Amino acid sequence: MDIAASILVAVMMAATPLLLAALGELITEKAGVLNLGIEGMMLVGAVCAFAVAYKTGNAYFGVVAGALAGVTLAAFFALLVLVLLTNQVATGLALTLFGIGLSALIGKGLVGQPIPRLPLLSIPGISDLPVVGPLLFGHDLLVYLSLALTFLAHRIITRTRLGLTLRAVGESPHVAHGLGLSVRRVQLSAILIGGALSGLGGAYLSLAYTPMWAENMTSGRGWIALALVVFGTWRPLRMLAGAYLFGAMTLAQLHLQGLGVPIPSQFLSMLPYLATILVLVLMSRDAVRIKLNAPAALGKSFHPDR
Amino acid sequence: MTGSETHGTARLRVRGIKKHFPGVRAVDGVDLTLMPGEIHALIGENGAGKSTLMKIIYGLLQADDGSIWWEGAAVAFTDPAAARAAGIGMVFQHFALFETLTVTENIALALPEGRATAALAADILDLSKRYGLALDPHRAIHALSSGERQRVEIIRCLLQDPRLLILDEPTSVLTPQEAETLFVTLRRLAAEGRTILYISHKLPEIQALCDRATILRAGKVVDSCDPRVTSPALMAEKMVGKVDRPSRRATSLKAEAPLRFSVQNLSRKAGDPLGIDLRDISFSLRAGEILGIAGLAGSGQSELLAALGGEVAVAANTIRLDDQPIGALPVAARRAAGLSYVPEERLGRSAVPDLDLTANALLSGWQRPALVSGGWLKRGAMQAFAEKIIADYRVMPPKTGSLARRLSGGNLQKFIMGREILANPKVLIVAAPTWGVDAGAAAAIHRALLGLAEAGTALLVISQDLDELFILCDRMAALFHGGLSLASPTAELSRERVGLMMGGVADAA
Repeated sequence: MDIAASILVAVMMAATPLLLAALGELITEKAGVLNLGIEGMMLVGAVCAFAVAYKTGNAYFGVVAGALAGVTLAAFFALLVLVLLTNQVATGLALTLFGIGLSALIGKGLVGQPIPRLPLLSIPGISDLPVVGPLLFGHDLLVYLSLALTFLAHRIITRTRLGLTLRAVGESPHVAHGLGLSVRRVQLSAILIGGALSGLGGAYLSLAYTPMWAENMTSGRGWIALALVVFGTWRPLRMLAGAYLFGAMTLAQLHLQGLGVPIPSQFLSMLPYLATILVLVLMSRDAVRIKLNAPAALGKSFHPDR
Repeated sequence: MTGSETHGTARLRVRGIKKHFPGVRAVDGVDLTLMPGEIHALIGENGAGKSTLMKIIYGLLQADDGSIWWEGAAVAFTDPAAARAAGIGMVFQHFALFETLTVTENIALALPEGRATAALAADILDLSKRYGLALDPHRAIHALSSGERQRVEIIRCLLQDPRLLILDEPTSVLTPQEAETLFVTLRRLAAEGRTILYISHKLPEIQALCDRATILRAGKVVDSCDPRVTSPALMAEKMVGKVDRPSRRATSLKAEAPLRFSVQNLSRKAGDPLGIDLRDISFSLRAGEILGIAGLAGSGQSELLAALGGEVAVAANTIRLDDQPIGALPVAARRAAGLSYVPEERLGRSAVPDLDLTANALLSGWQRPALVSGGWLKRGAMQAFAEKIIADYRVMPPKTGSLARRLSGGNLQKFIMGREILANPKVLIVAAPTWGVDAGAAAAIHRALLGLAEAGTALLVISQDLDELFILCDRMAALFHGGLSLASPTAELSRERVGLMMGGVADAA
């Protein structure tokens, strides 16, 4: 039983960075903005979080630094696409490339340095219970935060006026503007929240998942997060399922490698990506649902006079 | 609920408003005065500046010059929120609704925050009863008919208790019967002291409804009159100038004309979840015949066009041209067989906005050896072809190098029609041939279509403009929810009868 519990804990850890980044992208896309810079924001978040935790010795300062780094990059993206009306796809790709380079530069002296891991919030007594203890009560702050934010986002998007405004802006910014909603403000907020969550996703990688800094350590998770949003048909709870599936497959392939299964490790490393996309494609075959949940104005620049 | 008793003070006064866009003076020094309780018509052709003027009043556009007084005080609405806060509501021609949201959600978005959804739904029901605007607050917009969508917009405006309600061509999406119901509502609103600004170019309904009319032409006010005592002919002349309109088609169809085109039991599930399923559509066309298909927007027109034009394939035998099955063929093969097709969207479907006219001329003509040989473009021949279209159909500006998106809707439509007509098709399918086209260009397009029929082409015209169909067609049918009524000779049809057909009570006669 203890082995099962420790496997499940590891699955949650592998899923958390994806969930955070995908949730950020979902909120951004719901407002009609396509930000392809997730990978870049995650990397810069990861390296800034690591650097701050390394200098201060406190991983929580690192968490804050990761989120702020993501927001900074997202603000830059927002300036380009909302004010200067650049093409969102090109700008997002540029942001990813920029983030890869910038994070490598910042992290130059940090490769291989040790830092304290993000502390586990254990409750004495309860966390020591067999199975239930580690599974429910033995995680760090970001794991709980990612789950709480997912359910919160689901409630807000489906149940509140704020969520209605967000969906309306993503569906048709021109109509929303005609009704007197502030399209720019909604889109800006969504982009910044998206940046913060991507930054947190990156921070989780360098502070908790593998407490160290390595160049390009996100290894494509930003793109998987993007796929999660699309195949999760823009719904937080489906995305949660997808992220945990990815976590499970990551772990499964590690164990398969460890067991010496006669399949080249390169193929096993592909498994989580392939399986996640396959399952999500199967889940999202319902065209009606996609049409009703996808933001219709995704990726289109909005200008009130045009 | 009543407008404040400010008789003597105009509700809205507009003086010397000017707005120009690159290359056009859209509004050129317009004055307008609206009194409380008045239903005021703003009439003019497409492009006369009606929409621009009203967007300026509603704060969607900023005027270059001029001033606006609202209930005696000078104002400058910088955005729609300010105009609505002052008491101006607007019902758009192209509905400003969110397709995937429900009626209540759409309305909630226009109101200040902090109103419970349940209470709002109750208010919506209450208003819809009071003004005779039947509506279910919990349905999603994409499932509603265009008449119902308009009711959503009107109720959304009314919940804000506006003192000026602007309606932009509200009847263009309604059957004649639905329009009557709307007029009753509008009269009741005016009787409560609200001002209605009614934008249209349909003169009979303005005579029936409005107290005053201001006529716009090329961005200027050309006259202001009482439509109840002014003859429609006079108003029409002021609106468009003298236009030589083709008269109603005399049925000159020869009974022995060969069958050109037939559709048998065409059914197709819509690929798009918000689309309309086609249900068992059958009709036939003989050489030289013009068949009109009426119907409200969203009754299955785009789906029918896609199936007929070849954008989607259907069973081979359901569509036959000169008795050859063509239902399974793609667009290019159908064109090669002699079927030409002009979709509704001019930019992006019939023409590529960022290509020049020479290149656009080639779009549907690339199979012809005269223009392309062995994969190489014949620039000279293309140029000559484009020049011929421009000369024959008087496209302005007469330059083959101008980009398609720079042309006005009417000129681009003339160019596209010319391109298809010069291909000398056996069958031509046209959707909304004169939508957004000024009267002069519309008359030219109508003459071209009639001429083509005279030369033996079978024509199918799908349009929401009943006047157009009555001028052009030998027979008419109507689409309703993806089904087609039986076609009847135009001479035996009245507008009311077609209205019933459009509402799905097709064969009630």
